Amino acid sequence: MPRRLASSLSDEVLEHVFSFIQSDKDRNVVSAVCKSWYEIERWCRRKIFVGNCYAVSPKMVIRRFPQVRSIELKGKPHFADFNLVPDGWGGYVLPWITEMAGAYPWLDEIRLKRMVVTDESLELIAKSFKDFKVLVLASCEGFSTDGLAAIAASCKNLRELDLRESEVDDSSVHWLSHFPETYTSTVSLNISCLGSGEVSFSALERLVSRCPNLRSLKLNRAVPLDKTANILRLAPQLVEFSTCTYSAELRSDVFSNLAGAFSNCKELRSLSGFWDVVPDYLPAIYSVCSRLTSLNLSYATIQSPDLIKLVSHCPSLQRLLVLDYIEDSGLEALASNCKDLQELRVFPSDPFDAEPNASLTEQGLVAVSLGCPKLQSVLYFCRRMSNAALVTIAQNRPNLTRFRLCIIEPNTADYLTGEPFDVGFGAIVEHCKDLIRLSLSGLLTDCVFEYIGKYAKKLEMLSVAFAGDSDLGLHHVLSGCESLRKLEIRDCPFGDKALLTNAAKLETMRSLWMSSCSVSFEACKLLSQKMPRLNVEVIDERGPPDSRPENYTVDKLYIYRSVAGPRFDMPPFVWTKDEDLALRLSP
Amino acid sequence: MEGSVGYDNDLNLRATELRLGLPGTEPVSIVRSNKRSLQQVADDDCGVNGCKSDDQNETAPPPPKAQIVGWPPIRSYRKNNIQTKKNESEGGGIYVKVSMDGAPYLRKIDLKIYSGYPELLQAIENMLKFTIGEYSEREGYKGSDYAPTYEDKDGDWMLVGDVPWEMFITSCKRLRIMKGSEARGLGCGV
Repeated sequence: MPRRLASSLSDEVLEHVFSFIQSDKDRNVVSAVCKSWYEIERWCRRKIFVGNCYAVSPKMVIRRFPQVRSIELKGKPHFADFNLVPDGWGGYVLPWITEMAGAYPWLDEIRLKRMVVTDESLELIAKSFKDFKVLVLASCEGFSTDGLAAIAASCKNLRELDLRESEVDDSSVHWLSHFPETYTSTVSLNISCLGSGEVSFSALERLVSRCPNLRSLKLNRAVPLDKTANILRLAPQLVEFSTCTYSAELRSDVFSNLAGAFSNCKELRSLSGFWDVVPDYLPAIYSVCSRLTSLNLSYATIQSPDLIKLVSHCPSLQRLLVLDYIEDSGLEALASNCKDLQELRVFPSDPFDAEPNASLTEQGLVAVSLGCPKLQSVLYFCRRMSNAALVTIAQNRPNLTRFRLCIIEPNTADYLTGEPFDVGFGAIVEHCKDLIRLSLSGLLTDCVFEYIGKYAKKLEMLSVAFAGDSDLGLHHVLSGCESLRKLEIRDCPFGDKALLTNAAKLETMRSLWMSSCSVSFEACKLLSQKMPRLNVEVIDERGPPDSRPENYTVDKLYIYRSVAGPRFDMPPFVWTKDEDLALRLSP
Repeated sequence: MEGSVGYDNDLNLRATELRLGLPGTEPVSIVRSNKRSLQQVADDDCGVNGCKSDDQNETAPPPPKAQIVGWPPIRSYRKNNIQTKKNESEGGGIYVKVSMDGAPYLRKIDLKIYSGYPELLQAIENMLKFTIGEYSEREGYKGSDYAPTYEDKDGDWMLVGDVPWEMFITSCKRLRIMKGSEARGLGCGV
């Protein structure tokens, strides 16, 4: 029993006080005050967030926090989203589920991102956790509708099932029918990623009609339009809805049915889907537009005039996702109509074409930065940019917290001056003092990194591609960005020097990704020796890096801090300093 | 898993090169899309007999641009959506890009919806806000700084209007409105 320092508060009182502290950061600080607070806190921590599933082992988590109810785990590095991480790299959730099945019988929430989830894992979840309520699988893969059927059949109190952006194999099981007729607790259901065979429409209708608490429903694109109206009439209390696929031509009976159904939905605030939407159907949603705060039109190939009409009906919009068909003119309309806009994402309709598909330029973004005073978060794909525009945006919107710009062609220069974008991005980091996320693109020298190191003190995540001239660039970032947690770099001339000089910094970050850069395997081994609490993993499908000449640069490098030591599930193409060649070569 | 990194007798610089593309593939250089201009054609060695579009003088169409893995950074499900759209639209009209010298971005039109050259040219004039001159077989387009040209299936740049309409819409790959001296050069004494 730890000796308690003089404290006027009993354990129960402290525990009660701690129950008001929800944020992980605060909880971590509380547990560092003294041994008794550490003990009390660890017994009453209910929610755990593990940003990198390999940073700690499930056994260690369970040992320290014995009574967890909710866990969130993230697996693969972010660049896995763009196919830079080979299949079989890792991120398996089964070891975690296996351990937690025994240790946390009252676990009711599991949230996973970029992890490999198998049907076996889902079946284990279904049978191990009696009061299971929330399952979120974001950008996950490895499971099929069989696993979903197990969840549906066993989890009587399931409130949330969200499969956003996951890849699900169709096992032809009508998994939705596995929800028993007595099951009425769904609050949120997101199955928009499922393919056409995977949802039985009649089972869906029955489910919706018996779940009065349903607030969020995101269907997949296979559900036809005429069925949408039925669903909406069964659930007029919906707050979030993703529409299904639209039929080819306008039919006035379908239209008026749909418009009527939408007009019943007084609580609707968020709409998405709109695959294959025919512009003539858009007026069916006008009745809800004035209340909409979030609109995702990024799958809709409708053109600027229709987009402008739609957006002018949505004055309360806070979040808009759209394709570049909106064009500069559409963004100008957005800027004048939507004064509450906080987040804008503009995706390219034809990213692989050298020529622009729509007249969307830097002007659109400048207009929004000027017209929308609450704009905080930007993701913008375009084909031309100027430093002048970036400086204007920075000056207009110092309240930006997330700025991700993707100028589609690598190494594109300022179209007005031919210069690199050092000054433009420099202005962004200088003016936007609360910037926590930044993605760079276009022609950039080491200068931009000097600015970032100097000004971006709150920056937590930085993404860099085809930029910089030398190690100095990387050094500026690692030595200057005090809050940096995640750094991902591809195709930049950064190498050994910057990495080894800033070795200690890497332990203060969650992870560093470098691919197609200039780091040698020697440096990786050296770094690994210097920093025992870093896992330095080389991903190289070309064969053992050790057998290459000394100046050989590794293909991909993923470095992350860990208290769990090297992982045991590395595939053959992941190499670390502890190289047992014999083991590798055997099949 | 033998890599394709060449072990040359010298410094094996290739191994340390920044490469773009999947590991295990030969390095691919990114070729900026190489628009063929008439200037290029004019520079070809025409020989004594003048320019002919035969094998000797014909310059190859620009090589397709190599795609970089994972760039631009777009999720697969978005890419799949785009591809589906492309495949669907290819079935219908004959969409060609229209570029105009001096304009920052291109437009696209469906050739199928026009019944002949006058309609097409009128539409382009309206879209890009300029005037094309008067066409004559002998002199091409007179009376304006602009001449409409197109790239045909063989990769040659032709003056719009010389071939029958039906032949034109099946052989036209893209349109380019040329301006200035190049345009005038086309009109006279071809």
